[in-house]
Amino acid sequence: MIGALTLLLVFQLVGEALARGLDLPIPGPVIGMGLLFAALVLRKGPSAELRGTATGILQHLSLLFIPAGTGVMLHFQRLADEWLPLTVALIASTLLSIAVSALLLHALSRRTPHGEERP
Amino acid sequence: MNPALGEIWVYLSTTPLLGLTLTLLAYQGALWLYRRANHHPLLNPVMVAVTVLVLVLTLTGTPYQTYFDGAQFVHFLLGPATVALAIPLYAQWERLKGMLLPLLLTLVAGSLTAALSAVGIAALLGASRESVMSMAPKSVTMPIAMGVAERLGGLPSLTAVLVMSTGILGAVGARYVYRLLRIEDHAVRGFAIGIASHGIGTARAFQVSEQAGAFAALAMGLNGLLTAAMLPWILPWLESLLH
Repeated sequence: MIGALTLLLVFQLVGEALARGLDLPIPGPVIGMGLLFAALVLRKGPSAELRGTATGILQHLSLLFIPAGTGVMLHFQRLADEWLPLTVALIASTLLSIAVSALLLHALSRRTPHGEERP
Repeated sequence: MNPALGEIWVYLSTTPLLGLTLTLLAYQGALWLYRRANHHPLLNPVMVAVTVLVLVLTLTGTPYQTYFDGAQFVHFLLGPATVALAIPLYAQWERLKGMLLPLLLTLVAGSLTAALSAVGIAALLGASRESVMSMAPKSVTMPIAMGVAERLGGLPSLTAVLVMSTGILGAVGARYVYRLLRIEDHAVRGFAIGIASHGIGTARAFQVSEQAGAFAALAMGLNGLLTAAMLPWILPWLESLLH
């Protein structure tokens, strides 16, 4: 577990260094994820240890959002002032993006040989 | 509070231990409730735990910064967790190579729709610039969304709230959209909810079927990468067009 955690941190560190060094707009951990993905493709899969540790962390992904989420208390005033645009934008945009994605993939996957044909 | 208890409180409230323990306790409690309620989307554990913590901090008059001094140890793990997303992504790789082009085209269209419609509607209805920028990455998994918001000049902690709301909205609302549009393919259903509402939508898709869940996880990962790469270029450009 410690070995796997070290590996994740090393990839994050390299990602952060690249993001700062090359002044990339992508967050460091995302670059780390991309690099790890590339490494997994090259090595044809993660070790059992890495898979176990990753599953353990990702199972409790919701826990990691809580400290930042609690920061909502810093924004009560803003939310009270801007609740209408924020609420309308959230609801409309979420449902619209689900509809657009579903309709497009539905149409595209019908026309390709790999797609699943549904009557 | 009697004087002795008061002294203990004063001591504890200044150490990181309290914030850290409170976070874990709130999470355990919220998780218990969520399981008891059969994974009802409106009892999302993040939302419940955050509500409890905000109440406790407000009632005890504890500043957020004092709490965060302890909770930052949990927060820090978002970085390695983001890197770890490469592993489920790899697990879907073989299966998805075959329909890569339709998936990628859908990803670009869905990702742009999610970000631009949110930004457009919020701006039209008069939200402040900081709020609009915090809104832009709302459909992306939280660690990535917070990083992108920071890059754009939004407020990462506000983004966290918006991301969470988006996830819950998608998990609750997707079934009505699919019914209306007569979308039945689980791969399509999963991929669309993964683009629009990240991990919370993915969790919901896994309840529907394994296939829906796998496609949702892929969409969530790819949308994270795409949004992180795309928004910091597109939004400043859009802003310069508008002004």
